[in-house]
Amino acid sequence: MGKTASMGAISTQTHDTTSLQPAGRRPTRRSWWRSRSLKGIGYTTPTAVIVVVLFLAPLVLVFWMALNRWPLLGSPTLNAPDNYTQIPDNPLFVQAIRFTLKYTVIITIVLLLIALGLALLVQERRRGVGFLRTIYLLPSGVGFAAAALLFYGLYSSEIGPLDGILRSLHIIDKPFSFTGTPNAALFSTIALVIWRFAGFQMLILLVGLQSIPSELYEAARVDGATRWQTFRRVTLPLLRPTLALLLVVSVSGSLLAFDQFFILTQGQPDNSTLTMVMVIYREAFFRFNLGGAAALSVVVLLVLVALNALQLRILRRND
Amino acid sequence: MKTSNASRAGFYTTGTALAILFLFPLLWSGWSSIKGQPGSSQASGYGFGNYAYLTHYGEGVGTYLINSAAVAAMTVLGTLVVSALGGYGFARFDFPGKNLLFLATLSILMVPYATILIPLYVLLDRLGLQNSLIGLSLVFIMFQLPFALFMMRNSFEAVPRELEEAALVDGCTTLTALRRVLLRAVRPGLVTVGLFAFLTSWNDFFAPLILLSDAKKFTMPVAVYSMQQRTFGAIDYGALEAGVMVMAIPCLLLFILLQRHYVRGFMTGALRG
Repeated sequence: MGKTASMGAISTQTHDTTSLQPAGRRPTRRSWWRSRSLKGIGYTTPTAVIVVVLFLAPLVLVFWMALNRWPLLGSPTLNAPDNYTQIPDNPLFVQAIRFTLKYTVIITIVLLLIALGLALLVQERRRGVGFLRTIYLLPSGVGFAAAALLFYGLYSSEIGPLDGILRSLHIIDKPFSFTGTPNAALFSTIALVIWRFAGFQMLILLVGLQSIPSELYEAARVDGATRWQTFRRVTLPLLRPTLALLLVVSVSGSLLAFDQFFILTQGQPDNSTLTMVMVIYREAFFRFNLGGAAALSVVVLLVLVALNALQLRILRRND
Repeated sequence: MKTSNASRAGFYTTGTALAILFLFPLLWSGWSSIKGQPGSSQASGYGFGNYAYLTHYGEGVGTYLINSAAVAAMTVLGTLVVSALGGYGFARFDFPGKNLLFLATLSILMVPYATILIPLYVLLDRLGLQNSLIGLSLVFIMFQLPFALFMMRNSFEAVPRELEEAALVDGCTTLTALRRVLLRAVRPGLVTVGLFAFLTSWNDFFAPLILLSDAKKFTMPVAVYSMQQRTFGAIDYGALEAGVMVMAIPCLLLFILLQRHYVRGFMTGALRG
């Protein structure tokens, strides 16, 4: 009712302005559409301006920068394809690729397992469950850089409490450096990332768990399935889309890891915890080579787009 | 039904032990920011010496807080305006290039942060917006846009058309209908979008690290990071944890207050894929 009335109102209005045209109806409707689409363009212009100026333009620029010797100060000169051909000669980047992949595999698996454990623990409604969920989710409210700085103090030998706790539990008997060896640094950072992100992944998994119809659990119970069997045959298969989603998010996030290592380990010891993005940052702002940094970013971009496309394809096939 | 006492005890023991593990870093950080520590500004006893030190550190924590608040305010406001107008446009109007623009906006998610920030560093310089809080806010608005636009488009689509058509019959322009009638209907969406815009702009580290070069312009995360970097071997850890608390407390309060919106935002983000 309201719809026809409003359309009538608008078309009479536009009819007046176009009354010189002989065929009354069609131009009227066309101009109604034109005014609608002009309005649509008007409303989305701010979006378009931001996307074009702050996203598409820099995206084009990064490809152009990669073709130039582009110092931090001074004017660029064309040197294609040097920035790309020099990548394999950059030992830090090659090393960073290996480390980033290793980190991505470990954190993705560990985080997912812990988050799944948390979700299974708090999925049933009982007293205090809401409170526990909030506490597990609380670290997600802290900024990632703030969390990394927090753990920097937590791990320090100066005021960090962990050393004392571990010693009083007789787990260690001499001072332990949490970022002293490559492995210690990696696993200390992993602990930070788990603390910060496990609650978030738990939340996503809880939604997945709640979308599983309770009749299926009933049926499994009637059939006399054990808890483990129910988990294997009912929960896990139906949770697969959610697990796959978290996998995609976690893999692309971890491949771009920066804050956690930049703040907590600073790539040390011996550059063993440098990630790809840290090498890009270093190339641009320590070696003042923006062209080289741009070429590295293009490589990372292409790898990520390819990986996302591949993962989406696998996800689609599973659906 | 069949839950035995033993399994219930197991649940509460595990749940509480994990809760302690998750709370411990935050509690420790708060505690060590007020606890006396030889060599720090709070040399002994308990007190706010470390926080007092922050007011003298660098440009003073006040400057950094004002910078952070300014960036957060501009980002939240900008994101809300752009995504409300854009969401309305996408939900209610057809125009050439609509799908292309929507796809281009969503593809912001596909592009790594570093890939876009390196050229933005150059581009903002040409636009005279380098080392500028306005430039930084614009970058944050761009990064928020895929989520915000998606959220607002869905919010507007969920509003019955009759609501605005009644207003249009009354002779309102579409903009008046949007302002007077529709904005109220999509308020939950706006709160979620605003909350995420605030959290991102308040907490983000990488963008201000690259785009801000003058210590007077630093936002909180970069300022506290510079405390960690300042000297060799003589970091004031007490003050560092005080800085962490100053950053974290507003977020934790907002988080607890708006938890429902926070969770809903995550869900939308997750479903979007």
